[in-house]
Formats: sequence, structure tokens, C-alpha cells
Amino acid sequence: MSTPTAVPKPIAGTSGWLDDRLGAGNFLKRNMRKIFPDHWSFLLGEIALYSFIILLLTGTFLTFWFKPSMGHVIYDGPYEPLKGVMVSEAYASSLHISFEVRGGLLMRQIHHWAALLFIAGMMVHMLRVFFTGAYRKPRELNWIIGVLLLSLALFEGLTGYSLPDDLLSGAGLRITQGVAISLPLVGTYISFFLFGGEYPGEDVISRFYTLHILLIPGILVALVTAHMILMWVQKHTQMPGKGRTEQNVVGAPFYPAFMAKAGAYFLFTFAVLAGLGTFAQINPIWLFGPYTPADISAGSQPDFYMGFLEGSLRIMPAWEINVLGYTIPLSVIIPALVPLGIVMTGLALYPFLERWITGDNREHHIADRPRNNPVRTSIGMAGITFYGVLWLLGANDEISANFQISLYATTWFGRIAIFVLPAIAYVVTYRMCLGLQRKDADIIGHGVESGVIQRLPHGEFIEVHVPPAEDIEAHMRGKEAIPMIDGAEASETDGVPPRGLRGPVGRLRARMSQAYGGEKIPLDAGHGNGHGDGHGEHHAAIGSGTGDDKSLTH
Amino acid sequence: MTDHTPGTELPEDRAPKRVIGTPSPASGTSLLGREEQAGEAAVPGVHPPDEKKARRAERIAALCFFITFLSGIGFIASYVAFQVNTVDNTAVSNLALGGTLTLALLGLAVGIVVWVRGVMPKYNLVQERHPMRSDAETRSYVGETFLQGAQESGITKRPLLRRTLLAAAAPLGLAPLVLLKDLGPLPETKLRHTVWSPEHNGGKELRLVVEGSGQPIRAADFNSPGGLLSVVPEGYEHDLTALAKATLILINLRPEEIKSGTNKNWMHNGIVAYSKICTHVGCPAALYEQTTHHILCPCHQSTFDATDGAKVIFGPAARPLPQLPIGVDSEGYLVAKGDFAVPVGPSFWERGDAEAEVRNQGRTS
Ligand code: HEM
Ligand code: FES
Repeated sequence: MSTPTAVPKPIAGTSGWLDDRLGAGNFLKRNMRKIFPDHWSFLLGEIALYSFIILLLTGTFLTFWFKPSMGHVIYDGPYEPLKGVMVSEAYASSLHISFEVRGGLLMRQIHHWAALLFIAGMMVHMLRVFFTGAYRKPRELNWIIGVLLLSLALFEGLTGYSLPDDLLSGAGLRITQGVAISLPLVGTYISFFLFGGEYPGEDVISRFYTLHILLIPGILVALVTAHMILMWVQKHTQMPGKGRTEQNVVGAPFYPAFMAKAGAYFLFTFAVLAGLGTFAQINPIWLFGPYTPADISAGSQPDFYMGFLEGSLRIMPAWEINVLGYTIPLSVIIPALVPLGIVMTGLALYPFLERWITGDNREHHIADRPRNNPVRTSIGMAGITFYGVLWLLGANDEISANFQISLYATTWFGRIAIFVLPAIAYVVTYRMCLGLQRKDADIIGHGVESGVIQRLPHGEFIEVHVPPAEDIEAHMRGKEAIPMIDGAEASETDGVPPRGLRGPVGRLRARMSQAYGGEKIPLDAGHGNGHGDGHGEHHAAIGSGTGDDKSLTH
Repeated sequence: MTDHTPGTELPEDRAPKRVIGTPSPASGTSLLGREEQAGEAAVPGVHPPDEKKARRAERIAALCFFITFLSGIGFIASYVAFQVNTVDNTAVSNLALGGTLTLALLGLAVGIVVWVRGVMPKYNLVQERHPMRSDAETRSYVGETFLQGAQESGITKRPLLRRTLLAAAAPLGLAPLVLLKDLGPLPETKLRHTVWSPEHNGGKELRLVVEGSGQPIRAADFNSPGGLLSVVPEGYEHDLTALAKATLILINLRPEEIKSGTNKNWMHNGIVAYSKICTHVGCPAALYEQTTHHILCPCHQSTFDATDGAKVIFGPAARPLPQLPIGVDSEGYLVAKGDFAVPVGPSFWERGDAEAEVRNQGRTS
């Protein structure tokens, strides 16, 4: 390591020139050494970010040759089996990119893989934020931006997937149209306006193209930028640990360490996607053939992020009602809107519901360990299970074929599982969280097994327990009781509840607050001398857990 | 970014106040000659690596960068060397371009990681965090200024100004929506007709032709029970919008198999024609199981009984596949004798219970 001396002339000159005009020095002074905490799970959002950048790069490349037109042409390219077949210009140009542009196939495949990784990355990142409670004040706005990003990305994927106009993507488009037209009152109008008349018409590809390469990416770029700025201003959350408090950030400086790591991470993401684009074929549209509404290939599967909608359409029973000459196709509307609505609205509202229930108005910068907020973690796992069942059922034909199960049996399994499994997931997760908390309390209280056997004076052998390593203990001690709204307990006991908690809604809120909040397994339990720092108040919550949780809190 | 702390690193201001371009006072804290103490923080929270390890890391990183250099050249060379234009060539080109690109990116990524881990110090720096909210004084200043500005502008005192401004904005806000009207024609009754309707073709009854080959079908030739054909209207073989409603499946049934749901008057010699467009959300119901006469839609597995008017026996579809009245023309080819009695394909709001209407008409007439 050499001694820093003067800044080299060319850099000093340029930066001086810029600073004279922008005054950027002040900004840099504050930000060059901004501290970023470290944890593997903080990298998940970065995967999504870098995939998005790669989508922009590869997508722009594709636009140079792609022709968003549904006009008919006779295919006359190098792919023999389709020679002389009438196809759309969009399909022909996608084949052109694949077989007649050097690197075209590579870019198409990277683009598609990046789309999958983008959405998968966002989903996992969102789960990290959820389970660690990183959406809490002051980060609710960034959470909402995240929900918007995910919803828009699904649309972006849907529009992109349809562009090549092959038989597989056409099936997806057809289903989209079937869902759109089923909407009460406005369905036929939406469908006619989207497709420029009857399905499929001649307009939808060029319209989707505008949405796919201009409108949605534009909004995505704006939202991603806002997301980054907010993250920067509010600073990253950190995991509990030694020396980490709500008032500080501990980690590595942006310049040079974090910057270099982020760069490397981008390159890793790109390398993985390039590797997938090279070695793992994706969306071989030439095998599917051009779109026609008259045909479909058996076993059509959408991209993974649409699978849950497919599954929910599949397990829905055939309900349709006619009132006063109008039709409400429940067997389409419910599966298309309800699960998506539950998941997205639930996600968007969660920070606010949680705050309403806990009455917690403080800022939070230390991430929760999932076990330390058992109700939240269990709700999250129930949500994942709900999504997972739908997703699995989106491939029930494959499951049925591969495992020799009757197709209808898988559907019936799905119809039941969608209600039962999330409930089971909730209960199991809740118990696991408490178990893990108990383990933590045990380690704090009795230390860890050292592997050293000691013989006591009276002859007994014991294994020596030593206090846990300092950093591990700090990590565990970064737990605090979940707040409850003031007076929540009063409503249970014979005390008079405060005014806000009297009505039915108020009572529900108080009960939920009690079930949600408090300290279920205090770290220093059973050590009378413990830290008498107000745990007493929370002990009251144990045993008075309400509703479903009654049996669990003991 | 108002309430930002100047890059504070505790303890005590490690980021010295200096202007970019001036020599850094940090030069005073030389690390030279302290190699033997490597790993210990000369600056709190910054732990430089052992020089021996750093030198090793430097060499590994350099090797990685060199691999990237070579792969980059390889990428450009592959672009020149491998042409495309056949499927096999494309495969080779894809492998060469993608392989070199992957290697180049990987080399760079690994190199930088080795650099960060091996050469750069380990950091354990601490930065203060402050509540997001601005202080009370700032808040009240902003509040007052806001009110003052509103007053100065007159918007609070002059209701005429305010109301006409709002009124002015409303139609202008609607204008973009109005502009979108020409995105498409109105649905009207378009969804109730298909090109099979003889009126649509000047009274001519369209022939049924085989999808793909375009062959018209002589009833006498399609006589083996259990057979299935995918059928489109003659003259519309490439009109996708017509096909999205008019495509049929043609099935030959044994007379004893036919159940009451099937309209026998609309069949010809055991041949029945159903819409191929699934009544769920419109996929082509393309799978047919000969032994059970089940028509299965591959999208969400709605299953229809071909012998019983294609009524639904499983899955999310709520209505049978509509049946098309067919017959033969003077040359013995299958033709459509009329349009479907009910709209085909997915349900929609204005559709109503078209099947019930047809049944009622049948009873009254
Ligand atoms: C941000 C998220 C994006 C997602 C999720 C996404 C997704 C997709 C998908 C799944 C396809 C089908 C790929 C295939 O052919 O196998 C596609 C195609 C395409 N995308 Fe994107 N894309 C995104 C952004 C972009 C951007 C920013 C551009 C251009 C500026 C772009 C341009 C294109 C083009 C031209 C095609 C059709 C090319 C072809 O299939 O041959 N995309 N996109
Ligand atoms: S479209 Fe046929 S079952 Fe859904």
C-alpha cells in the first residue's frame, strides 16, 4: 500500500473544472465514503437491478431488427421447415434475429433469461425485505415503489413474451384476451380497444411493442431511480450485531470497496445470464411455429411468473351467473383477479396494517430476524404457500404426466390445498419461530456446548458450556419486544379500554395487537436476575394470546 | 438530501475537511514501514491486508483480467470467423460468441472480487444515522413560507380564480381519454356472428376445409367413427381474426353414441361440428380422446363430452362448445347450413344466457 500523495494532475484538473461549475465536491464529500452494511441477503435486490440493466441493453439491440407488425409475409429465411409458410412480420423478424444476425440469438436468449431473473430477483428481494421488516418506517414509500415495480414487471414480461408472435406466446395472448373480455361491463370494450377490434386483429403486436419498449420501461426506469435515491437517502438497514444500533450504519465505504463489489456483482449477473443464453436454450420460437388461433401445442407453459395465474384459472370450478341478460363469468374473473389482488394489495398494505396493529411509530433501521416476529413470518410463509400451490397447479398437466397421477386428481388437490396448506404453513412456521427463539434464549442463558468434558469433584461428567462468541450474542440480542398499542391489554382484562379501542373494530385491533405484539420468548427467561428492563409488561401478553394463537403461545 | 451528515466516520471525523484537488492530510498517516503489523487498523475501522496476501491476490486478479482480455479478443474474432444463416452455423456462432462473452465477464467479475477481498482493506466503519424528519424549526419555516406564498399568489382569497382554474382543467384532463376512442371500433354485435353465417357471404353456404391443407371434405370420405378433423371456413384460411371464432372440430360419431345434448338436425351422417374455441378463455380445445369422446382443452383442462352436445364434464369452462349446423352441397362436400346459434368463445358481459334464449325460441316456434 503506497502513501496517498497529491491527486494526479489530469484527475485534479477535470474534477476541479467540474466542481467550479457544479459544486459537486460537497455532494461527493458527503457521499463518497457512504457506509454500506454487508449481508448476503442485501445482494438480492442488486440481482434484479443488474438484470434490468441487461434487459435494457439486450432489448435495445433487439429493437434494431425486430419488426412489430402483424402483416403477412411468406417466410423465406434459412430455417428450412418454415420455408414458404405464411407468417407475421414480427415472427419473421424474430427468426431473422435468431438465424441471420450474428449474436442475435444470443441476445434474444440473454434477454429472455434476464427477464426471468429480473422478476425472480425482485420477488426474492421483496421476501427478504418482508421477512426482515425492512419495509417499516421510514421505508414504506420504497416498499410501495417495489410493489409497483413488481406489478409493472409482470406486465412488461407479458407484453415482451407476446412480441415474437409464435404459437406459444399466442396462447398466452389468447388467455389474456379471454380474461380481459370477461370483465363485467367494460370487458368487451377493453378487448376491442386493445386489439383494435376483434381478437387478434392486426394491431396488438405494434401496440404491445410501444408498451414494451417505451412506456413500461420508461416508468420502470423512473421507479428504479426513485427506489435507489430513497435507499441512498435513508441508508440501508443492517442486521443486528456488535456495535450496530438504530443510530448508526456499520460496514464498508461506497468508495472504493462497495463500488468495486457492486461492479463485480453486475458482471457476475451478466456472466450467468450470458452463460444461460449460450448453453440453455430458451423460447425456441422456430419450433413452435407461427401463431394461429386455430392451433395450440399440448403442454404449453407460460413463463414462470405467470404460472400462478395459470394455476388459479385451472383449479377454479365452472361458475358463471347470468342476471338480467348479462353474464358474469366468475370462473374467469375470480381466478384472474382475486389471487393477484390478494397478493399485491396485501403486500402494498402490509406496512400500514402492521403499524396500525402495533401502534409502532418509530423509525427502524435494524432488520428483524424473521423468527423474532413470528406472526409476520407466518403470514409471509402462508402467502408463499398460497402462491406456491397456484404456481404448482399451473403445471398440473406436467405433474400428472410425469408422476402418473390423474389430471383431475391434481385439480382437486389444488382446490383443497389452496385453503388448507397456507393454514398449515402458518401454524408450522409459528411454532418454528418460537422454537428458534427458545433456542436463542437457551444459548444466551446457558451458553453453547464447548465440546470440553469436565469431571466435577464428586465424579460427575459434564460438558462445559461457554458464553457464545461476542458477535453471535450481539446478533441474538438485537431482538426487542414487538410493540403493542397502548391499552390493548385493558380490553382483555376488566380494565376500561381507551376510547379508540371500544367499538368492534377497536376491539379487533386490540386483540390483534396482543397476538401480534409482545415478547413471546424473552431472551433472558428463567434467569430471575435478568435485565429487569420492562419485560414484565410483555410477560402479560404470554398466555393471553388470542384467537388461533392461543394454544401456540404457551 | 437535506439532513445529511457529512461522511462522518466515528470515532472523530475521519473524513478531514479538505477541498478536492488539494493534498490529503491523510498522507501524514503513512502505512509504510508498518507492514509487519498488517491487519491492524492504522485508521480505526480500516484493516489493511497482509502485504504477502495482497501480492498474491494482485497476481490472481491480474490473471483474471488477462483471461478477460483474451476472451474479449476471442469474442471479436468469433464474430468475424463464424457466420450465421443456417441453423448449424448459428449454433456454432452462438456457442463461440456466448462462450467468450461469458468467460470475459466472469474473468472481470472474479478479478475484481479478488481485488476487493485481497488487496483492499477490511472495513468496519461506522456512520451516524439521523432521523429522517427535519427539525421543528425547518418544518415551521416551510409551513409558513407555503402559506405566505399561497397568500401572495391570491389563490386563497380569490375564489373566482380558483374555481375557473379547476373548471378549466377538467375538460383538458379528459381530452387524452377521448383521444383514445379510435383505438378500436365498438363491440356492437360483432361477437355474435362468425363468417360461417351464409348472410355474411351473400347467401352462400361456406364449405368446411381441413385446417392446414385447405382440402374440402366430402362427407362420404369422412366416415370412420372416432375420426377427428380441425376445420376452417373456405376462403378464410389465413384470416386469423375470422379463424379465432370460426375454427371447428369435426367428429364422426356412431349413431348409438349420440346423446340428447347433441342437435341431430345439425349433424350430417353422424358427423358433428363443434366450435374449437374453448368457452373458458378461448384456447383451441384441440385434444380428443377417441375412446371416451372427450374433447380436452390443453390450457386449463376443461373437458367436453362430444357425444352430448360438447357439454362440460370437468374444468373451469362454464358452457358447452357451440354446435354448428352442417350439411352437404350439391357435390357432396360438407358446408355450414347457418351460423352458430350462440356466441362462441369466452363469456362476456353482454352475452347473457344465449343458450336459454335459443331453447325458449325452440319451444315457442
Ligand atoms: C424491463 C423488463 C423487460 C422484460 C421483463 C422483458 C421481457 C421480454 C420477453 C420475455 C421477451 C420475449 C423474448 C423472446 O423472444 O424469447 C421480450 C422480447 C423483446 N423485448 Fe423485452 N423485456 C424487458 C425490457 C425490454 C426493453 C427495455 C426493450 C427495448 C428497449 C425490450 C425489447 C424487446 C424486443 C424488441 C423484443 C422482441 C424480440 C424478439 O423476441 O425477437 N425489452 N422481452
Ligand atoms: S381456455 Fe380452455 S380451459 Fe381455459
